[in-house]
Amino acid sequence: MTAAGKLLQAAVSYGDWRVDQFIEQIITGLSIGSILLLVAMGLSIIYGSMGIINLAHGEFVMLGAYTAWLLQSHFGLGLLASLVPIFVVVAAVGWIIERYVLSLLNNRPLDTILATWGVGIMLQQSVRLMVGSELRYVQMPPSLSDSTEVLGLSVSSYRVFLFFVAIALFAVTWLLMNRTTVGMKLRAIMQDRSVAASFGINAKRVYALTFAYGAGLAGLAGALVSPLKSVSPDMGTGYVVDAFMVVVLGGVQSLAGTVASAFFLGELSGAIAFLQNDTVAKAIVLLAIVVLIRFRPEGLFTTRVRA
Amino acid sequence: MGISRRTLMKNAAALGAFAGAGFPQIWIKNADLARAEGGEIKVGVLFSLTGTTAIIEESLNKATILAIEEINAAGGIKGSKIVPIVEDPASDPATFSEKARKLVVGDKCVSVFGSYTSASRKAVLPVFERQNNLYWYPTLYEGRECSKNVIYTGAVPNQQQDEFVPWLINKFGKKFYLIGSNYIYPKEENNYCKKLLQKYGGEVVAEEYVPLGHSEFSSVINKIRSTQPNVIFSTVVGDSVVALHRQYRAAGLDPEKMPMASLTTSENEVAAMGGEAAAGHFTSAPYFQVHKSPENEKFVAAYRKRWGDDKVTHFVSEACYFQTFLFKQAVEKLAASDITPPNIRDAVKGQEIIAPQGRVRIEPDNLHTWLWPKIAQAKSDGQFQILVEAKEWLKPLPYAAYPGQVCTEKGLVEKS
Repeated sequence: MTAAGKLLQAAVSYGDWRVDQFIEQIITGLSIGSILLLVAMGLSIIYGSMGIINLAHGEFVMLGAYTAWLLQSHFGLGLLASLVPIFVVVAAVGWIIERYVLSLLNNRPLDTILATWGVGIMLQQSVRLMVGSELRYVQMPPSLSDSTEVLGLSVSSYRVFLFFVAIALFAVTWLLMNRTTVGMKLRAIMQDRSVAASFGINAKRVYALTFAYGAGLAGLAGALVSPLKSVSPDMGTGYVVDAFMVVVLGGVQSLAGTVASAFFLGELSGAIAFLQNDTVAKAIVLLAIVVLIRFRPEGLFTTRVRA
Repeated sequence: MGISRRTLMKNAAALGAFAGAGFPQIWIKNADLARAEGGEIKVGVLFSLTGTTAIIEESLNKATILAIEEINAAGGIKGSKIVPIVEDPASDPATFSEKARKLVVGDKCVSVFGSYTSASRKAVLPVFERQNNLYWYPTLYEGRECSKNVIYTGAVPNQQQDEFVPWLINKFGKKFYLIGSNYIYPKEENNYCKKLLQKYGGEVVAEEYVPLGHSEFSSVINKIRSTQPNVIFSTVVGDSVVALHRQYRAAGLDPEKMPMASLTTSENEVAAMGGEAAAGHFTSAPYFQVHKSPENEKFVAAYRKRWGDDKVTHFVSEACYFQTFLFKQAVEKLAASDITPPNIRDAVKGQEIIAPQGRVRIEPDNLHTWLWPKIAQAKSDGQFQILVEAKEWLKPLPYAAYPGQVCTEKGLVEKS
C-alpha cells in the first residue's frame, strides 16, 4: 500500500470514529434533554398560564418519586403500573394547595413566591419526618433495564423509553391546551381574566385544574427519573433549578419553547461535559443562559398576544 | 426600685473584687476547661439530621446513641452516666461551627462525636483547638491533618488504597479512570492513588470531577466507553454514587470487564441503588456488615433491634460505635475529678479495643486509628462478599502522600 493510501485509510477510520462519537453525543443530549423536558413541563404550564412562580415544583417532583417508592415497597406495584396513581396523588396535593393557599393570594405574585416556597419546605420536612431521610430505592422496570441498539450504538432502553414518554406527555399537554374546552378557557383567562369571567368562565376552577395538572406532571417526572437517579427528601432542589432554566430560556408562555430549550440545554451540557467535564458544563450553561436573557429577556420563543 | 448608674458601677466593682478573692480558680490555668461533674459525663452528638448529608449522618447519630445507651445500661462509666446532647447542624458547615461552640462552651461537653464531611470537620476544628476540647471523627477521610484535638477513627488513604490499588492492577489491568466529586476528599485520595499507580506501573486515562450532588452521568459514561479503562476508580460521594451505578448498569456496561472500585460505596448506598446495580463492583474499607466476628454479630443484632430490621450497618457507623467505647475506656482510666478533654486525649493514646472489624488501636503519634483493610465485592442481595482481608492491622499514615511530612505527638514535622 502506498503512503498516500495509508494516510487516506487513517483519515477515514479517524473520521468514522468522530462520526460515531458525534452520534453518541447527540443521543446523550437528547436523553438529558428529555429528562429536562419531563421535569420542566409542569412548571412551564403553571408559570406560563397562571403566572405563578411555583417554588414548590421540586417538592412535587420529590412527592412523585416517594409515591413510586411507597407503591412499590408497600403495595408491590411496579413503576409502570403506578404511573397513573402517582399522577392522581400528586395532582390532588397540587389541587389542595391551589385551593387553600394560592387561590387566596390572587393577583399577588410576590406573595405566591413566598407561599410556594413555604409549602415546599413543609412538604420536604413532612416527608423527612414520616419516612426518614435515608435514600430510597425505586426499581427500574425489568423489561427496560437492558440496553438497546440505536443507530448501531448501545443505549439504555430506559432512557429511550423516557424520551418517548416525554414526547408523548408533551403531545398530550399540547392537545389539552389547544384542542379542549378547558384549554380554550385557560387561554382566554391568560389573555384577560375579567373579560373571560364576564363570558361565564369559572376562572377559579380552571386555575385549580391547571395547577393540579402541572403538579401531576411534576410528580410523573419524579417517578420516572427515580430509577436512574436517587430518591431523597431534598432531591427536588436540583430539579427546580433545572426546570426554571429551561422555562426561562424557552420563553415563559410557550410550550414549544420549553421543548426547544430543554433539548438545546441537554445537547449543550452533554457536549461540554464530554469535551471538558460536568463541573465546567454546569457553569458554562448557566452563564450562557444569563447572557441570553440579558439580550433576549422574553426567552427564545414568545407567544405574541394583543394586550 | 431605682438603681443609679453610679451605685451599679460601685456594686459591680465590689462584686468583681470579691469574686477575684473568693473564687481563685478563675485565675488558675485551664479552669475554664469543660469537665464532667455531678455524676454526669456530658458529650455532644453532632450529626446532621436534616439537609443533604442527613441521608448518611442519620445512621451515624443512631450508631453513637446505641453505643451510649449500651454503656449506660451496663452501669455507665464508673457509676457516672453518659448524657448525650444531640444537636442538628443541618448539613451546613457554618451551623456545624455554631453548634460545636454551643456544645463546648455552653453545655461544657467533655467530648463531641460528629461530622461526616471534611468540610464540616474543617469548620469545627478552630472551636475545638481554641477551647482545647476533643472531637471524635468517625469518617474515612483524605488525611493531611494533624490536630491534637481530634481523634480520627476512620481510614486514611493508605489504609484504603495500599492493598487495593495493586490488587486491582493485578486482577484487571493498569488503565485507571479516576472519577470523583468536586471537593477536597476525592482530590487528595486521587493524589495518593496516582502515586501508587506510578509505583506499580499503572496509568491514569482520565481524571474527572463532577459537582457535588450531580446525578447525570451520560457524558461520563460516554467518556468511559471511549477511553476503555480497566478500572473505574470512584470517589464520588452521596446520592451521586447511586446515580452513577444505576446509569452505568442501564448503559449496559459490564462490571466483569470494567469494574468500579470505590472508596465510598457502603451498604448504605447499595441499599439505595439496589443490589442489581451494585453487583460486581468493589469497595475497600476496614468494615463490612458481613464481616464474621462475635463483636460484629452483636453490633448488627443490637443495631437492628434498636433501629429497625431494614437498617444496615456500614464502615462509618461501625467507627461511630467503637469510638464511643474507646471514649468510655479512656474516661475509666481517669479519676472522677480529672475528666477533662486533654486528659481524655492523653488517656486514649495507645488504647486498644476489639471493634466489630477486629482489634483497633489509637496511634499515640497522630491520634488516628490502626485498622484492618478489607476488599469486598458487592452482591445482588445488597451485601458484600469479603475477598481479601489484611493479615495485620495497618498503621494510619495521614501524610502518606506527602513524603516530606510526618504527624507526630508534637505536631507536624517537616523532614528534609
